[in-house]
Amino acid sequence: MNHSVGIVHPQTAIFTAPLALDCGRSLPSYTLVYETYGQLNAAGSNAVLICHALSGDHHAAGFNAETERKPGWWDSAIGPGKPIDTNRFFVVCLNNLGGCKGSTGPLSIDPATNKPYGPDFPIVTVRDWVSAQHRLMQYLGLARWVAVIGGSLGGMQVLQWSISYPDAIAHAVVIAAAPKLSAQNIAFNEVARQAIITDPEFHGGRYAEEGTLPRRGLMLARMLGHITYLSDDAMRAKFGRELRAGQVNYGFDVEFQVESYLRYQGTSFVDRFDANTYLLMTKALDYFDPAHEYGDDLSAALAPAQADFLVISFTSDWRFAPMRSREIVRALLAAGRRVSYAEIESNHGHDAFLMNIPYYHRVLAGYMANIDLTLEQSAGVL
Amino acid sequence: MIRPDWHIVEQWITPRSRVLDLGCGDGSLMAHLIDRRQVSAVGLELDDDQVAACIEAGLNVIQEDLDSGISDWFAPMSFDFVIVSQTIQAMRHPERLLADMLSIAREGIVTFPNMGYWRNRVQLGLLGHMPFNRALPNPWYNTPNIHLCTLTDFEALCDELGLEILDRAVVDSARRESALLRTFPNWFGEHAIYRIKRRV
Repeated sequence: MNHSVGIVHPQTAIFTAPLALDCGRSLPSYTLVYETYGQLNAAGSNAVLICHALSGDHHAAGFNAETERKPGWWDSAIGPGKPIDTNRFFVVCLNNLGGCKGSTGPLSIDPATNKPYGPDFPIVTVRDWVSAQHRLMQYLGLARWVAVIGGSLGGMQVLQWSISYPDAIAHAVVIAAAPKLSAQNIAFNEVARQAIITDPEFHGGRYAEEGTLPRRGLMLARMLGHITYLSDDAMRAKFGRELRAGQVNYGFDVEFQVESYLRYQGTSFVDRFDANTYLLMTKALDYFDPAHEYGDDLSAALAPAQADFLVISFTSDWRFAPMRSREIVRALLAAGRRVSYAEIESNHGHDAFLMNIPYYHRVLAGYMANIDLTLEQSAGVL
Repeated sequence: MIRPDWHIVEQWITPRSRVLDLGCGDGSLMAHLIDRRQVSAVGLELDDDQVAACIEAGLNVIQEDLDSGISDWFAPMSFDFVIVSQTIQAMRHPERLLADMLSIAREGIVTFPNMGYWRNRVQLGLLGHMPFNRALPNPWYNTPNIHLCTLTDFEALCDELGLEILDRAVVDSARRESALLRTFPNWFGEHAIYRIKRRV
């Protein structure tokens, strides 16, 4: 526990200037919920932004209460003495727009109707999130991030940061990400969305008004997601063909351990996540494609970037396989960026980015320690 | 630790040039050239520990197997110099690498242990066993060095690949250059260092 940031309290920032969105609509006002870990230094130069993935939120590290059983979603990497060392860095993590953990999203009240947005919440993109994150940066009185770090959908936000606000990001750490989704990725998202939308309890997204929840649909979506987060090897190692009761019963109840695991993941997700938010997040993933506006030339899209990059992938990740990270690295090299790339041997699939894999954490820690070193050197010059 | 070939490599590198180090190990040659020649450098390396060491040293490194090809990663002529230091002898296809590297850089610098060094010749020719010494420190059955060559072999390959030899240096284990070395490089050079480019 001495490597934990300990008890943290979420904070709230309210923005009253309208935010124009990619979809053409705008949010008149909105709230962002965030947590911070570590201390901002006197020069205000050690701020690090963490971008969350599909089902993540602002609670990246530590505990919100003494009684909380599990720490924040990336506690393995964020804390005192950890790769993203809170003794050195001031770390900020927020819940993105459209989320369901306190930031303005489908569960929030639409000021125009005084009812929850529900399905009427505008579709938000990765670029919209980054615009909102930039406003949070200004709200916090920060001139720039010394690093923006994210895995999966979070890594896409990091790429977008380097393009949208090249002066406001010194280092970009892009983990288990892709420059855009493949048709297969979109296909999985579409099955997940259809599971939710066709649930009779979905009511066109107005389930809250009906006093119900599309539990089965959201559960199926999460079960499907979990299959894509793990590798075949990881599933074999974790569950094999283990039977819960030690024998087959020739029925459709849970028999294999993997079924039990998926049902547990699915049902527990329903209690903590909103179906409309899930739909929005999968759409943000599908739409992300910074190269599209540049004739599908990713290096042209990355031409404005000024940051130094660290790109990391995992060998058994088939959702965003190493070849997708290599596309990013090649484009960065062609754009003349300083970039390092590490390919981590792991059988944990896409989920590996959340795990404490020694080589992975050594690379991340080494990169962050060098950032800290340059901060100390520039402080020495001042 | 300064490796025998570094001071010669350093002399051939233009200040502030763009350098690619293939098989860069822990990055110490890159660090040396950044320090002495203010180059911008990036390395390719496969081994986890070495990649981590590069990153810990604040150097840019791409984790990649050199045998899977390098021209995928870099645009033509995106570097001034590409260095392969003590690496080609460990590759499955050194000839492909030599051809590829001079499509992405103006000049190549190649260093390797010289199989024609007198000690290797004595060990194989007189004593009848595979060379096993300071420059070739692994037993034959467990060595990364699967494609050893002599100066003569290397120069013949360069010729075949249409590569021009701009400079050649050989050093012995004490990293000295001497009259003996210059007169009989293929006998007394323990390590060979070449500067090459594409014939126009």
